[in-house]
Amino acid sequence: MAATALDIRPAKRGSLSKFWHRYKMPYLFISPFYISFFVFSLFPMLAALYLGFHKWDGMSPPEYVGLRNYIRLLTVDRFFLQSMGNTIVLGLMCLVPKLTLAVLVAVAINSGLLRFKTFYQVAYFLPIITSPVAVAIIFLTVYGQRTGILNYVITELGFRPVAWLHDPVTIKPATALLIIWHEVGWYTVIYLAGLQSIPAELYDAAGVDGAGTWRRFIHITLPLLAQVILFTVIVDIIGELQVFAEPFVLVGPSGGTGRQGLTMAMYLFQNAFVNMKLGYASAQAYVMFGLIAVLSLVNLKVFGRTGAR
Amino acid sequence: MITSAVDHSGRAGQRGRVDVVTIVQKTTLYVFISFGALLALFPFYWMVVVATLPASEVFSFPPPILPGNLLIHNIRSLFQAIPYGRNYLNSLFLATSVTVLMLFFDSLAGFAFAKYEFPARETLFAFLLSTMMIPYTVTLIPWFIEMKYFGWINSYAALIVPSAVDAFGIFWMCQYIASAVPSELLDAARIDGCSEFRIYRQVVLNLASPALAALGILTFLGSWNSLVGPLIIIRDQAKFPLTVALNTLVALRLTDYGALMAGTVGAVVPILLVYLAGARRFIAGIAAGSIHGM
Repeated sequence: MAATALDIRPAKRGSLSKFWHRYKMPYLFISPFYISFFVFSLFPMLAALYLGFHKWDGMSPPEYVGLRNYIRLLTVDRFFLQSMGNTIVLGLMCLVPKLTLAVLVAVAINSGLLRFKTFYQVAYFLPIITSPVAVAIIFLTVYGQRTGILNYVITELGFRPVAWLHDPVTIKPATALLIIWHEVGWYTVIYLAGLQSIPAELYDAAGVDGAGTWRRFIHITLPLLAQVILFTVIVDIIGELQVFAEPFVLVGPSGGTGRQGLTMAMYLFQNAFVNMKLGYASAQAYVMFGLIAVLSLVNLKVFGRTGAR
Repeated sequence: MITSAVDHSGRAGQRGRVDVVTIVQKTTLYVFISFGALLALFPFYWMVVVATLPASEVFSFPPPILPGNLLIHNIRSLFQAIPYGRNYLNSLFLATSVTVLMLFFDSLAGFAFAKYEFPARETLFAFLLSTMMIPYTVTLIPWFIEMKYFGWINSYAALIVPSAVDAFGIFWMCQYIASAVPSELLDAARIDGCSEFRIYRQVVLNLASPALAALGILTFLGSWNSLVGPLIIIRDQAKFPLTVALNTLVALRLTDYGALMAGTVGAVVPILLVYLAGARRFIAGIAAGSIHGM
């Protein structure tokens, strides 16, 4: 190729050409990501920041309003504050049982006491490959109105039937149950991988020292799994704070009775694409971003320390 | 892998006591884990049952536990309510396009990060990883406006082009290629006069096929299951992918759950079959990827 010609050029230009000639392939190979990121992510992010300080319906020119969007969101907009509360409560209802169950299932599968491990792994992982929309449709029929299969089980056990998706009290637990069912398997697989990287000698040594199952779990398994748990908590928080499809299908775009199922992402969707308040919704997106960043950092601080101990 | 776990149950101590404890432990474990597995699987069975029932029987007391015989009838009502066949092909087209493009661009970039030395490599890689933390909601609105500006509303371009390359896949491929493709092999190919792209195409792609398969399945699932993007981009009912089409049925609050569920079965079952066919390797692949990601 042109390499020999390039080599005899004057030093200054030659070095740049040489540089290009030497490194062009890797830069070429990685460039699609950076181009795509700048066009479809970074530019929109900056645009959202700009729009957050404006009032804009998508047609007429944006009107500068300073911090008014943010102030309104955090002080007077009851729906936004409610959606934030809903999202956090729903998130906690999902996160804690989901990750706890996943740890327990992973430890059980990994314990060496079970046969048919592959079957259990496949079974627990099955829900996660199904779309949230399909899952929500299935659960619509599980919950039903006054009847439905879940209510049948409940009345057989001697309780009164519950209007799961209409009673404001049960909307969140019902949504959480669906999300837990949907995602336990995902975290189980991640924890299993973490467990399998713990050296078996540690357990043997503890066994010789007379440590029981429970103490081995507390003193060996959990501490060594701490990093993995930290990682999953952060990933899950980011996901839970943006939850959209499940409540959207279960209780409808407006969030159901008393807006108990209205999450931040649903409210953002409503403001942006139904009410066409694009500036206001952009400000909302940044409030969510801030919340996610803060919670992730808090986690990193709190759990990061326990992990290092 | 899955089978390598060691028996940690009390090997030390008195035989008799340990045996009793082990049996109790084992029973508890089996009950717990089997009950959970049952709960994980039951909704799928229920889905199939509802798809075969008349709408009036779905919520009857006691609930029907065995399938009915109205599957064909329900499928017919489904096709009358929405252009289901069209929606199906749309989902297939979208998911396939995104998967093919993403596998190409992600593996190419992953290869570059894994096997080339170049200035600012670490910085660029760290930057790439940090982009994974950006919540989709922050970019959603201006992205939509951008798509409008490009004239891509109601067009599949908006759902394919921005999804053609992503940070997670590059990270994933980089991890795999770094450990599975020997650098000596690449040098040997270079001495033989292979161009860099040909090395990628003939050596790297072959050796990285397990990682490509897992990433491909994940990407396909992600696209097949996605709701928000198509919901705001696609306006035309005939252009809806399955998720949006099924959601319109729900939003209409039609009570024909048999038809709705027949549509859901259609959307879920092929995915289940593909998953079951490669489940073991797929889960092992996911686990490996997620742990390297720590």
